[in-house]
Amino acid sequence: MNGTSTTDSLPLLEIKDLRTYFFLEKGTVRAVDGVNLSLQRKTTLGLVGESGCGKSITAMSIMRLIQEPPGKIVSGEILLRSRTFGQVLDLAKLDRHSQTMRAIRGGEIAMVFQEPMTSLNPLYTIGDQIAEAVQLHQKVSKKEALERALEMLVKVQIAMPKQRLREYPHQLSGGMRQRVMIAMALSCNPSILIADEPTTALDVTVQAQILDLMRQLQEDIDSSIIMITHNLGVVSQMAHFVAVMYLGKVVEYGTTNDIFHRSLHPYTVGLLNSVPVLGRKGKKVLVPIEGIVPSPMNIPPGCPFASRCPKVMPKCREVNPELQEKESGHWVSCWLYE
Amino acid sequence: MTISSFSDPILEVKNLKMYFPIRGGFFQTIKGYVKAVDGISFSVRENEVLGLVGESGCGKTTAGRTILRLYDPTDGEIWFRKKDGERVEISKYTQKQMMPLRREMRMIFQDPFSSLNPRRTVKEIIGEPLIIHNIARGRELEDRVAYLMTAVGLDPAYMDRYPHEFSGGQRQRIGIARTLSLSPRLIVADEPVSALDVSIQAQVLNLLQNLKEDLGLTLIFVAHDLSVVEHISDRIAVMYVGKIVELSETENVLYHPLHPYTEALVSAIPPADPDIKMHRIPLQGDVPSPANPPKGCVFHPRCRYARDICSQQEPTLREVEPGHFASCHFAGELSLRGIGGE
Repeated sequence: MNGTSTTDSLPLLEIKDLRTYFFLEKGTVRAVDGVNLSLQRKTTLGLVGESGCGKSITAMSIMRLIQEPPGKIVSGEILLRSRTFGQVLDLAKLDRHSQTMRAIRGGEIAMVFQEPMTSLNPLYTIGDQIAEAVQLHQKVSKKEALERALEMLVKVQIAMPKQRLREYPHQLSGGMRQRVMIAMALSCNPSILIADEPTTALDVTVQAQILDLMRQLQEDIDSSIIMITHNLGVVSQMAHFVAVMYLGKVVEYGTTNDIFHRSLHPYTVGLLNSVPVLGRKGKKVLVPIEGIVPSPMNIPPGCPFASRCPKVMPKCREVNPELQEKESGHWVSCWLYE
Repeated sequence: MTISSFSDPILEVKNLKMYFPIRGGFFQTIKGYVKAVDGISFSVRENEVLGLVGESGCGKTTAGRTILRLYDPTDGEIWFRKKDGERVEISKYTQKQMMPLRREMRMIFQDPFSSLNPRRTVKEIIGEPLIIHNIARGRELEDRVAYLMTAVGLDPAYMDRYPHEFSGGQRQRIGIARTLSLSPRLIVADEPVSALDVSIQAQVLNLLQNLKEDLGLTLIFVAHDLSVVEHISDRIAVMYVGKIVELSETENVLYHPLHPYTEALVSAIPPADPDIKMHRIPLQGDVPSPANPPKGCVFHPRCRYARDICSQQEPTLREVEPGHFASCHFAGELSLRGIGGE
């Protein structure tokens, strides 16, 4: 992924030392605490971790959807090679209500959320909602926008698209609603699609349909995908690269093969050993990760995983290891590899 | 083969039906029925784990709850073998008649956040069944609670704390300790780990497995996650729109399925290994409504092997191979693909 200096190999999105904190009465929640990531063109990046690790807040920070106050991006850079503006923009420095940010949000970076029922407006038809998204970013008439909406419904393989256009969200099944969300997100040809647990609320057979669809669409419209999930099966089948997050930090980053077959960080290893894998014949004993995730309000000094790590050393409790490139393209933050 | 498989089953279910009325109109008259469980039959052996799997709305939760008589079944029989060996038919029992049996048959719920009373201490939550059934009080109760907490991996020093002071995994342990308080023999666990994070899931799964071994429990494990079910179950029953479509040893169901729905379900699960490529068998359309299931085989509108007979005649669950049941007209004739098959 690194190496050649042609413009195409430059990452489309680069996040450097991003920190998003929430300032609450009870204290400061360091939800994202020094995240480094890069996203290449036409690739899928899987962002995995357990609840509370900051994966969704990272996505919301990229979209600049964090409520301020109580939240705030306190430091770091979110560098987007913008197609519309023809330059590299630091989204972290933009005003979240500015014209530029509004053009990027939904136009260049679109997002699909976990719960398709709550992210669709129950009072408007499917067609109206997709058309609205189109008209926000493109100067077209309502009629043209509705045509575009129909085109998108065909693209996401919804049966009887003309009829669905006039229907309301409650008339659709969960899988269809998620297809509508994807249609809406892709209606403005974004260069980055952020999918936050897009299939978690769905049944496995429907999940498989949605994943197939996303894979197909990625080839058709050549956009990059950031796939946020806790499901290691989904990541292994969808992502080219994987970033493993723990307590607001990326602890390991590499190709999907690196992460699944040559994992370095004890947390990644622990995560893979604690999940039952279908078809691993013979009842393999699950090795759980002991203990619980510390509160993000009170993160201990040193490595965030130190309190649960089976290979912890005195140093781990004092200084946090930097994320560094152990092998080409395979990054890890752990004192074991110093 | 384990010894237990030779003994009498602890639970036998015969043609069990659970319909819920749909009411409507001015007088709230009954307009139809949701056939949540529509004639299922199976038996559970002592000390085994039977996985009950299927997608949302297939009736697996209703089945589990009906067996414990949280509902009054519409039709069918439920036979339970008591501790003293007597077999009783509990499907027509009144709640009062059920009361003594509730010590032997218990439930673990999915959501550790809403299934514990937030205004009770852990001691009260775990000890309540002991008080209701007049088993222990005072000092004795406290000892028993401390013992149960230790058994599920909680520190008894925390018995005066409230549920909100515990994490999700710990709360599920509290729920399990409460379930175990009366030394039950049969437990229906309804999605006990699906609300938990992956690293915590393993802790609770291992706990359930150890408890099963140590206490000789029998478990009906209701879940949608096949990889979890494979891990813990001796046998698996696959449900689809209120019916059991396949039932056998875990290996048989997952690696040598006999029902086309099982084949499609198994193929839809993404393996957590980038080297294994998915060979997904696409399913057309949506799951039919249990209020209006299709004629003939419930799966025929989505089945790629369906022929004329499938839309006319309903297949019965039959023993196609020894110990391997499937309800498909062509079970055994089709060559279906299981996990890792080509």
